[in-house]
Amino acid sequence: MFELLDAALGEGSILLNQEASSVAECFSLAGSALVASNRTTPEYTNQMIEVFNELGPYMVIAPNIALAHARPGVDVISTGLSLVTLSEPVEFGSKKFDPVKIVIGLAAVDHDAHIDLMAQLSEFFMNVTNVNFLLQANEVGKVRALFR
Amino acid sequence: MKIIAVCGMGIGSSISLKMNAEKALEALGIKAEVQALDLRKAQNEGHSADIILTTDDLIPLLKGLPGKLVEITYVWDLSEIRQKLSSALGQ
Repeated sequence: MFELLDAALGEGSILLNQEASSVAECFSLAGSALVASNRTTPEYTNQMIEVFNELGPYMVIAPNIALAHARPGVDVISTGLSLVTLSEPVEFGSKKFDPVKIVIGLAAVDHDAHIDLMAQLSEFFMNVTNVNFLLQANEVGKVRALFR
Repeated sequence: MKIIAVCGMGIGSSISLKMNAEKALEALGIKAEVQALDLRKAQNEGHSADIILTTDDLIPLLKGLPGKLVEITYVWDLSEIRQKLSSALGQ
């Protein structure tokens, strides 16, 4: 059903019920999951934090959801996603969509190869049932089952 | 008619904005090219755009462009984009 999401989330890219007390910690989690699944180098994580410091909370893209990302470049190994759910919500400073409960890490090799992936991402996360399921989930296997 | 969809890095919300803008334009029966751009490119190359779609945080950074700025609250919400594009186009 969401086969592009399933494929974009490599092994080690889903972290559930994580503790984070700051935006930087949220990005570290999302970034480390991208590194663990071989999508990015650790430097990409630093770039995501720099983007946030420069441009502010615009990356909070939907209610309770942040889409952490930096620019395509040498620190992106392949296009992919990571998915982090937080045990306690974190304030990102977004007037419209705080607090953040889900952080999605995005790495893209260029500006348009992941358009279909973004379509599936928005379709999946626009569905409140899916979001609530994720927030309750403690097993990666059960999250995977939702995509298949 | 040229429309640009702008976000900080040009890979996140601008892609969703572009997709939904294309759907909205089709529903409205309007032919227009929609391009997703990162902020820096939009600031440098966005002068030919008639309409600039972006989110609230980036609006102040795009005020220098001559095109009409349209603020989108929720880039995944097709109905918001359809309604705001339609009113920006005077329809």
